[in-house]
Amino acid sequence: MIWVPLLLSAAHLVSFSLWTIWISFTPSTLIPVSGWVGLRNYTAVAASRNWQIAFDNLLLFGCAFVLLSVVTGLILAILLDQRIRGENLLRSVFLYPLAVSFVVTGTVWSWLLNPGLGIQKLVHDLGWTSFKFDWLIDRDMAIWTIVIAAIWQSSGFAMALFLAGLRSVDADIVKAAQIDGAGPVRIYRRIILPTLWPITITVVVVQLQFAISAFDLVRALTNGGPGIATQLPALVVYDLMFQRSLLGRGAAAAVLMLLILLAVLLPYAAWRYVQQRRAVHA
Amino acid sequence: MRDRTFAPSRVLIYLIVLLIAAAWLAPLVVVVLNSLRTNEEIAQASMIGWPKQWAWSNYVTAWSGFCVAETCAGIRPYMLNSALVTIPATIFSTMLGAVAGYAVSLWRFRGDNWIYGIVTLGLFLPQQMRLLPWTIVLRDIGLINTLAGLVLIHTIQGLSFTTLFCRNYYVAIPHELIRAARIDGAGFFRIFWRIIMPLSPPILIVTVIWQFTHIWNEFLYGVTFTSGQQQPVTAALIALSAAVADIPQHGVQSAAVIIAALPTLLIYVLGGRYFVRGLTAGAVK
Repeated sequence: MIWVPLLLSAAHLVSFSLWTIWISFTPSTLIPVSGWVGLRNYTAVAASRNWQIAFDNLLLFGCAFVLLSVVTGLILAILLDQRIRGENLLRSVFLYPLAVSFVVTGTVWSWLLNPGLGIQKLVHDLGWTSFKFDWLIDRDMAIWTIVIAAIWQSSGFAMALFLAGLRSVDADIVKAAQIDGAGPVRIYRRIILPTLWPITITVVVVQLQFAISAFDLVRALTNGGPGIATQLPALVVYDLMFQRSLLGRGAAAAVLMLLILLAVLLPYAAWRYVQQRRAVHA
Repeated sequence: MRDRTFAPSRVLIYLIVLLIAAAWLAPLVVVVLNSLRTNEEIAQASMIGWPKQWAWSNYVTAWSGFCVAETCAGIRPYMLNSALVTIPATIFSTMLGAVAGYAVSLWRFRGDNWIYGIVTLGLFLPQQMRLLPWTIVLRDIGLINTLAGLVLIHTIQGLSFTTLFCRNYYVAIPHELIRAARIDGAGFFRIFWRIIMPLSPPILIVTVIWQFTHIWNEFLYGVTFTSGQQQPVTAALIALSAAVADIPQHGVQSAAVIIAALPTLLIYVLGGRYFVRGLTAGAVK
């Protein structure tokens, strides 16, 4: 009995992963069939324009989103660390988007960023008619609307972790530095921020993981459009599997997603391992 | 940095914080206001504006009136679907996670670390890797396009999170306590109910809040494995925005968005502290 939940969970993870990997090597289309086509599905996916755009978008979105959400989260955490009034309320304000579904936030941002409905329309109505903010329908800029919404949604998470890190800095060291005449900027740069590296790496990994599997937000915000300008790997997988009924290729795209994720996670796991070894020997 | 003197720099800090907070709240404010404006009013002006007349009827339409794919029952049936999936799946995954977490942290058995390691890998495995197998499994056991199918998926997949949360909490319980009870002849479940459960409320609250928000907000499985009247509310919202693309009904849509977000927002307001604890527990392993 005690094994049941654990086995259920572990067994489904292993068997489902192997299952998808196996399907990615078969000529399955509408239904899974046995057979072996080698890497044909992979080459077909990698050669498709859809995937190439999705991959480029993922690189851009991943880097921009992670960098900006770390910076935003860190700034928010440092600001909240200044012993300001209403800190609890403000922290709640920055965190609430996380509690809401990506479908909801994507929908709302699609309205705000829609040039005919949202911010651009408002500014036009106020009289500044040459104002232009039409990224949502601009092929080159649309991916940035996803960056904006994603930062709004999840930099509160970075803030929460950074704030916990800032609060755990040894107060005596800070006090000693103050007595020595160090200003706030210097104390942050030399003493406090260096202690945040481990948290920063965790935040980066978690946010990258989110970026790689981002689906709901894009589906609700741009649905991959205009055209396929904001296509991302998760949408390609869904499209191949359930809209074009190319199960083999869909599975191959899913495995490619996993490989991208591993490229992020394996260095992280290695780093964690080294850290722990060091902690044991210290 | 941590002094309380009043200086221009502090005014600047407050100014920046309040500005960012306003930006963070703006989307919520915009949707709440829009949910109270008529569709015509929004179409004439923009999405951003103060209601001229309070259109409370938007909520009535959103709840039980608007039409998606020929059925005109509003968001109500989909909210019910989401509740019927989220509540049981949250309870099952939390209880099973507590048992599993207890087994790997205190009971121990051969290979427990290996199994636990695989279970936590589930936190990282993309949903997309499991989509096809779940489709096939659900079809074979006859649960495709049913709420029970979604409950099953969320229960099993939720175990990665719930086991991790509970295990990290239970490792702090002294082993002597368990050993003593075992010497007294207590079995696995006796110890679980008599010793572990009474110590568990703090972690169970975190786990329940985490699972509830996750499952309620989930979209990919909802849209993949269910259709029409069986869909959870996240999938229904997407269907709704597609359905009203020709005749914009932003007032009603805004009300629907608010209603759909209400359960998790409410949980966040009531259990914010535990919500944050869950977030950090999920990230700092």
